[in-house]
Amino acid sequence: MYFESVAAALQMEGHGAFVWSAYLITLGAIVLILYAPKRREKRFLRQLEGQIRRSGGNAPGAAKEV
Amino acid sequence: MWSLFHKFGSPPWLYRLSGSILRWLLPITVIALLAGSVWGVLFTPPDFRQGNSYRIIYIHVPAAVVALAGYYVMAIAGAVSLIWRMKMADVAMRACAPIGAALTFIALVTGSIWGKPTWGTWWVWDARITSMLILFFLYLGVVALYEAYENKELAAKACAVLSLVGTVNIPIIYKSVDWWYSLHQPASIKFTGGTTIDPSMLYPLLLMIVAFYALFTCALLLNMRAEILQREQRTAWVRRLAGSGESD
Repeated sequence: MYFESVAAALQMEGHGAFVWSAYLITLGAIVLILYAPKRREKRFLRQLEGQIRRSGGNAPGAAKEV
Repeated sequence: MWSLFHKFGSPPWLYRLSGSILRWLLPITVIALLAGSVWGVLFTPPDFRQGNSYRIIYIHVPAAVVALAGYYVMAIAGAVSLIWRMKMADVAMRACAPIGAALTFIALVTGSIWGKPTWGTWWVWDARITSMLILFFLYLGVVALYEAYENKELAAKACAVLSLVGTVNIPIIYKSVDWWYSLHQPASIKFTGGTTIDPSMLYPLLLMIVAFYALFTCALLLNMRAEILQREQRTAWVRRLAGSGESD
């Protein structure tokens, strides 16, 4: 490691706040772009499953083979 | 070749293929992002002029590079959707927009944070930064335009046209630091001519660029899967999938 201690790595000779905040914001954005579509997919499948169950396997909108 | 093109047009085939790709690509992407970040932030020497603030390069440059490349992907998908009326190209185009917006946002915000200790200001209206801001609005424009139309076929056409028109901005972003006087430094990595960055800093940067491309691919596939399911909700395969309680 380039830095001699964890404190030095956090401090980065005065640039730590800039560097670490940039990485934290990026981490947040990355988590969001990966998690949001996965959540959307899961939620949609759950809703559809509920619809199918309520209608006894024949939910509104005729199912078509592809 | 044509049979592969036709296969890509099949929603269940694409859904299953994306599932099997994501199973190995997603963990590799996360490992590469972590490895590249740790390498760049903790194991490289500081820049002789900028000190440690330069370590933002390991997220700023990859995000900007992939945000630009992502726009080409979106525009090509838009063109395919317009010319061949391929539904899955329309799905891909729509899936690119929020990811591109997020990557452009990362590039703009990290650039701004890097600018403060380096230039003494958070923001300047120079050609590179302004054209990146336009890219951000173009991505948001595609997202908003799609939502604005009730008729999704018309929405897809309008978004494809906007994507194609917006490609004019991409060479401007690339060349802005050469064409206009700017605070923004010119490219450090060049395919032609010498690269002006030390190998100890270059290798983690290259790893992060590859990792961000992989991130874009993962996010694109995840978005496409969610979109495919919603569009195909009346088909038997999606109903079977929902009934089985599995998503792959």
